[in-house]
Formats: sequence, structure tokens, C-alpha cells
Amino acid sequence: MKSLKKEFQQNYVLYLMALPSIALLIAFNYVPMFGQLLAFKAFDVTKGIIKSPWNGINNFKYLFTTTDAWIMTRNTVLYNIVFILLNRFLSIALAIALNELRSKRATKIFQTIFIMPHFLSIAIIAIIVFAFLGTSNGFVNVVRRYFGGKNINWYYNVKFWPGFLVFVNAWRGVGYAAVVYMASISGISMEFYEAAMLDGASKMQQIRYITIPHLKAITTILLIMAVGRIFNGDFGLFYTVPQDTGQLYPVTQVIDTYVYRALMTLNDIGRSSAATFYQSLVGFLLVMASNAFVRRVDPENSLF
Amino acid sequence: MAKREKKGELSSEAYVRSNFMKIGRGANAVLTIVMILLAATIILPLLLVVIISFSSSLSIAHRGYTFFPEQWTLMGYQYLFKSGEQVARSYLITIFYTVTGTVMALAVMSMFAFVLSQKQLRGRMFLTFFMYLTMLIHGGLVARYLIYTQVYHIDNTIWVFLLPGLVGGYNVFILRTFINTTIPDSLFEAAKIDGANDFTVYLRIVMPLFKAGLATIGLFNVVSRWNDWFTGFMYVENPVLIPLQTMLIKIQKNVDFIMSNSEMSMSPDGLELIKNLPKQSMQMAIFVVSTLPILCAYPFFQKYFISGLTIGSVKG
Repeated sequence: MKSLKKEFQQNYVLYLMALPSIALLIAFNYVPMFGQLLAFKAFDVTKGIIKSPWNGINNFKYLFTTTDAWIMTRNTVLYNIVFILLNRFLSIALAIALNELRSKRATKIFQTIFIMPHFLSIAIIAIIVFAFLGTSNGFVNVVRRYFGGKNINWYYNVKFWPGFLVFVNAWRGVGYAAVVYMASISGISMEFYEAAMLDGASKMQQIRYITIPHLKAITTILLIMAVGRIFNGDFGLFYTVPQDTGQLYPVTQVIDTYVYRALMTLNDIGRSSAATFYQSLVGFLLVMASNAFVRRVDPENSLF
Repeated sequence: MAKREKKGELSSEAYVRSNFMKIGRGANAVLTIVMILLAATIILPLLLVVIISFSSSLSIAHRGYTFFPEQWTLMGYQYLFKSGEQVARSYLITIFYTVTGTVMALAVMSMFAFVLSQKQLRGRMFLTFFMYLTMLIHGGLVARYLIYTQVYHIDNTIWVFLLPGLVGGYNVFILRTFINTTIPDSLFEAAKIDGANDFTVYLRIVMPLFKAGLATIGLFNVVSRWNDWFTGFMYVENPVLIPLQTMLIKIQKNVDFIMSNSEMSMSPDGLELIKNLPKQSMQMAIFVVSTLPILCAYPFFQKYFISGLTIGSVKG
């Protein structure tokens, strides 16, 4: 107790400096975190969050008796798995390729171009997609008509959208991720490559035995973070890019869009809060599990 | 040596490497062509939006969206500047949110990061964990929505844009790593022996040495605040407070409506109407005008951005 007092006397300025952050974190992170308990309540607007009565796991029962729960879980997880694997592969390949270009000036110019989509808001991306896929004026149909083809109603056909969304997500994210990997590659000591050259290693061998193994640490960390977010669908991507089209819900509904729609259009607080709770809980368990797994296999690269 | 320094962004090590171990010329040519094709997939879609914004309505009605409109026009932009009150308003409020929010975030987070970097502080572990936990467990949309609207009553106010998310775990950890790796502890100790208190140390010693770190996090913040459409979408009805990106989403819903009408009314009257109101080119003009600042500013900040990514990728 005494030492606590002494600690505070010595460092009170520091604690004061931390105070704004602590207050903000409590108000906007911790309070909503506890607000998640709403999932176990029958929410009543007139009574408010705290006074609404508990109703056990009824909200979850309602949620999981519908097919919605299965569809949104399947979509969220499958899209994320494809996003993680494809974007990882493409961005590492792009980083290595950019790094090997003979002209460093070219590397820099390409890098500037490839990272550009990262700075575009999802509203812009949605309109770009629309400029290509709009039924009457969209560029793709314009080209089809030019060659005597017929218009396709892209926004009404579920079979196209998994591919479109994967493409848009890669278009947007690969350049940015490649820059992260490039930063990591530039940190590799020259000596490895010099030694490899002396041993007569070809460029491909150098990439395979030096560059790629060195990217393991950063890849692992990014992977843990990505696995922890595997239950989080990118709301902007899945809501705005398909223009919120009802016909496409079977392939565009993810947990985040479901929560939004249940909350804002159906006013179904019970189901939507159960869905976010389910999302947060599984997400948290996944981070813990993937970290524990990495710590066992490869302790140096675990996140915590 | 001096010459090498002038190469700027390239570290001297990368420069040396680039000099004596390049890939063959043939491989380089193939790689460059692939890169040019990839760059085209990024630039052409943006170019299409720009070209539509300069296409006349008649041209759009005849040919649809194309890279080669029949007729070029400035009508979209003229119409935008004449009747674009909402655009101007959204523009100003977005600048306000972006600048104010970023300054507040930098002030609060840099202090917190400084606190977390002080090894003599006994509460350091706890505070770090306190921060870290918010990165692992999220509040969830429903609880947040109800708490913001029914407990804090910050919906339809500027505060909903400024306060939530001000302290981001990822950003704080990057800032802390910046302090730990660039400023030696002995500097703090020396200042304290001279009688400076912690806040003075932060203000007089850390801040001046900290410009790169602040610029990086500032840039992250500016980009995410400028592009934030969800907050406005979720919490704001009042048009005065609607930021640019939320307005863009709303306009897109409107475009659908306009277009479904124009398709049905291909009568002379309908054509006349489309001719007079360059809605589509105007929408695209709004998109161009709202995206341009960030795309133009980005290359100048790229250096800080990339250094932030590098440090962020170092295990905290």
C-alpha cells in the first residue's frame, strides 16, 4: 500500500497524461464491451439497457433456428479464407517481384500506383464497380453490345458475385500488403545474399531460401491477426459494392451486414445482439487459439 | 557517399544490393510488362470514372459509360459548382472532422504512448494490457449503437465523429515502438535529473524527436477519417453534419433511381430532361472532386506511411 502511494507520488504526472486515453477507452471500448451482455436480455426501449429483463439464451435460439445464421457464417468464413490465402500469395509475389526490378525508380513508381486503391473509400470503389457493371450503361455491357452480345443483369445474378468480391478485395488490398512485405524484405541483411552468390545460388534459389524464410515472422503475425478477424466481414465491401441488392443476399450476407440489417431495418435487437456476441466470442477464441498454436510450433513468432 | 544519400528513400543497403545483384535483362523486361498490366488494372477504372464525369449526358445515353465519349463537356462540374451546396457543406465538415479528429487523436495517443514507454512506471504492464484487450475484444455494433444513441446521446452531433475510436490500440503501439526505438532512455533520465517533470520531458524532448512517428500516425488517421462513411451512415440524419463519403453513398442510391427513370422515358421529353440535367456526369464529378485531395496528397506522405508500416510490423 505504502509503495503504491509512493509510486503514484513519483509518477502522478504520467498517470495524468494517460488519463484521457483511459477515460476514452472505458467510455467507447469497455462500456460497449459489457454492453454485449445485451445478447442475454429481452431489450425494451422504455426500460433501457440495464433495466431490461434477462432472457437467458432465447436470442441465440431465435438466431440459430433460422437459416440466416448458417448462411452468414458460411459466407463470412469462406470469403475470409479465400481473401487471406489469395491476398497473401499475391502480395508476397508482388513484393518479391517489385523488389527484383532492375530500376529502383520503377519499383517506386509501381509501388505508388499499387498502393493507391488503399486510399479510395468504399463509396468510390462501389461506384467504380457500378461504372463497369451497371446494366444499361456499364462498361462491360457496353463492350458486350459492341460485339453484338446482350446485356447481362450483373446485380441480379448470384453466381457472379463471389468472384467479383474476391477480385475487388484483391484489387484493393494486395498493393498495400505488398508494401508491408517489401519493408520486411529490405530489412534482410545483405550478407545472406552475398554468401548465397558466392555459393553460386541462382536468383530463384535466393528468393526461395533467403527471402521467403525471412518473411515468415511478419507473415505469421499478420496471419494470426487475420485468423482472429475471420468472423468479421468487411461491411463496406459486402454492403455497398453489391449496392445492397436483395437478390444477392445469399452470397453477400456476412455477419456484419446481417447485424446491420437486423438492427436498422428489422429493429430486431435480440437477434442482432446475439449475432454480434457470437461474432465477438468466436473471434476472440480464434485469436487465442491461433496464437497458442503458433506459440507451440514456433514460439518466436507468436503475438503474445 | 553523399551521392548515395541523395537517393533518398532507398536505404544505403538496398542501394548497394541493387547495384550488384540484379536479375537478368530478359526477366526484368517480362516483369516490367506484368507490372505495367497490373498498374493498368488500377489506373484504368479510375480513369473511367474521370472520363464519365466529362461525358455529356447525350453521349452516355447513346454509348453508355465508355473511355471514348462522343462529346466532352464540363457540364457535370458546372452543375456541381452551381447547385452543389450539400457537396460544399459536406466537404467543409469532412475537413473539420479530419483535422480536429487527427489533432485530438495525436495529442491523446502520443501522451499515452509516452507513458507506456516509461520503464520505471509500475502500472505500465497493466495499462498495456488495458489497451491490448480492446484490440482483442470488440464492443459489437448493436451495443455501441444503443449506447451512443440512448446513453451518451452523441448521435447527430459532431462528437460521434471525434470521440469514439480516438485511441486506437494499433496506433498507440506503433507510437510507443517509435519512442522506444528512436529515443534513448538516457535522454529522459538526464532531463529528469535536471528537474524536468514528465510532461515537460514529453513536450520538450519527445515531441521534437518524434515528428516522423506523428506524421505516420497522423497520415493513417487523416486517411481513415477522410474515408469514414460508416459513422455518418449509422448515426447522423442532419444534412449539415453528413460527411463527404456518407454523402457519396447516399448519392449512389439516388443515381439508381434517376437511371431507372431515364431508361423508361426514352421519349423526346425524357431525352430533353437527361440533356438538361447531367446527373450521371455530375455524380462522377462529385466522386472525382472528393477523392482528388487524398490521391494528390498521398505521394508526398508515402515515405512516412511506409515507415509506419515497417514499424507497425515489428512485434510490439
